[in-house]
Amino acid sequence: MDTITSLILIAVGAAVINNFVLHYFVGICPFIGVSRRVDMAFGMGCAVTFVISIAAFLSWTFTYFILRPGAPLTTLIVGRQVDLTILSYIIYIFVIASSVQFVEMYLRKFFPPLYKSFGVYLPLITTNCAILFACLEILKRVAVPTGAAAWGATGGAAIWGLGEAMALAIFGGVGFTLAIVIMAGIREELDHCDVPKSLRGAGITLLVAGILALAFMGFTGVDTGVKKLLVDREKPQSAEVKSTSPDKADNAGIRNPQSAIRLRQGYGGQVRNQVASP
Amino acid sequence: MAKDGPAPLERFINGILPENPVYRQLLGMCPTLAVTGNMKAAMTMSGAVLFVLFCANIITSLIRGLLKPHLRILVFTLTIATFVTIADRLLQAFLYDMSKELGPYVPLIIVNCIIICRCEVCASKQGVLTAASDAVGQSIGFTLALASIASVREILGTGTWFGLTLIPADVPAKVWSTWSVMILPPGAFIALGLLLGAANRIGEIRQGRRAAV
Repeated sequence: MDTITSLILIAVGAAVINNFVLHYFVGICPFIGVSRRVDMAFGMGCAVTFVISIAAFLSWTFTYFILRPGAPLTTLIVGRQVDLTILSYIIYIFVIASSVQFVEMYLRKFFPPLYKSFGVYLPLITTNCAILFACLEILKRVAVPTGAAAWGATGGAAIWGLGEAMALAIFGGVGFTLAIVIMAGIREELDHCDVPKSLRGAGITLLVAGILALAFMGFTGVDTGVKKLLVDREKPQSAEVKSTSPDKADNAGIRNPQSAIRLRQGYGGQVRNQVASP
Repeated sequence: MAKDGPAPLERFINGILPENPVYRQLLGMCPTLAVTGNMKAAMTMSGAVLFVLFCANIITSLIRGLLKPHLRILVFTLTIATFVTIADRLLQAFLYDMSKELGPYVPLIIVNCIIICRCEVCASKQGVLTAASDAVGQSIGFTLALASIASVREILGTGTWFGLTLIPADVPAKVWSTWSVMILPPGAFIALGLLLGAANRIGEIRQGRRAAV
C-alpha cells in the first residue's frame, strides 16, 4: 500500500499544506481578478484544474519518455544517452498552450453558456503560473537534476510515476479552487463593508489573502498525522520508525514539521532557522 | 517619420513610477510575493527580469512585421522561454546558491504578465529603440517595487538588510524581536497589500494637489 500512501500524502500536501496560491504564490492573477463572485470563482477553479490535469499528463509523458537524461525514446532514436532538459521550458509552453486550446474547444462544444461567461479569461489561463508551476514540479521529480531543475535536487528520491504527477496536478487544482472560492465568499461580504479607498480592490484582497495564508499555515503537520494513520494501519509495530524519513517527506514535497515554522524547504534552499519551536 | 505612440524617453520614464508594473498595473505578483523575503533574492530576480525583458522586447520588435494576430501570444511566450532558459542556466552557473533559493520562480518568469504585456503593448507595435527603453524603464520600476517590499520584509522579519545586521541580536526581547511572519507567505501578502494601499494613497494625494493647483 506504499503507492497509495504516497499518493494520498502528495494529494493532501498539494491541496492544503502547500497550497498553490497561499504557499507557493502561483496563480495570484486570477486569484485577485476573478474572485469577486463565488460562481465565477468556482468555474475558474474547475477550468484551471482541468487544464492543469491535461498539461501535467502531457508534460509528464514528454519528460519521462523524451526529455530526461536516459529517456527511452531519445536513447532509441539517437543511440546513446542525451539530456534534452534544456528544451523543457519550451516544450512545456507548447503543452500548456495546446491544453488551453483543447479545453476551450471542449467547453465551446459542450458547455456554451459557461464558455461565454468566461470571455477573455480562458485564453489567459495560458499565462497562469499555476500550470507551469505544476509542470516544473514534475520536471523536478522526474528528470535527474542536471541543468534545468538543478535547483530542485531531491536527494536521490524515486522518480515520480504518472500517478504521483496526476495526484499533484489534480489536487493542486483542487487547492487552487478551494482558495479562490473561499476568497470569493469573503469578497462578496466585503462588498458591504466600508473599505478605505486606497485599499479597495487589490489591496484588501491581498490583506485577506494574508490572513487566509496564516490560517492555512495551521495545516502544517497534517501530513505527519495522515502518514502515521496510514502507516499505523498497515504495520502497527514499525509505526514509530518512519515518522520523518527524509526521502518520503521530500518525495511528497511536504515540509518537515519539526520546528513550528520551516521556511521554503521544498526547494533545498537555505533554511533560515529564525523561529524557535513552541 | 510618423510618431505612433509614446517616444522612447517617455516610455522609459513612464515605466519607473507612473506606470509601475507592480503598484499601478498590478502585474507580476507571483515573483513579487515569492522572492521578496530578502534583498539579495529580490535584486537577483529583478536582474533576471531586466535581462529577459530587454532581450525579448528587442527580438519581438525586430520580428513585429511577421507576427500573425492569433499566434502572437504563443510567439511572445516562446521567445521569452528561450531567454529564460538562458537566464536560468547562467544563474545556475554563476550564482548557484541564489539559483537554489529562487528555485522555480526563475522559470516562472516565462509566464510573468509584465513581460508578455510589454511585448503585446509596446514591442509588437513600435521600433527597437522604443521597445528597449520601455524594457529598461519597466525593469527599473519593477526593481523599485521589489526593493520596497523586500526591505520591509527583511528588516521586520530578520533585522538585516542585504545581509548586513541592522538590529543587533542582543537587543532585549521586550524592545524588539523579529516578526518572523514577514518572511513567511502571510507576511508577503500583508506587506504587498499595505504597500499597495500606501502607493494608492500617495497617488491620490498627488492627484488632489495637482487638481487643486
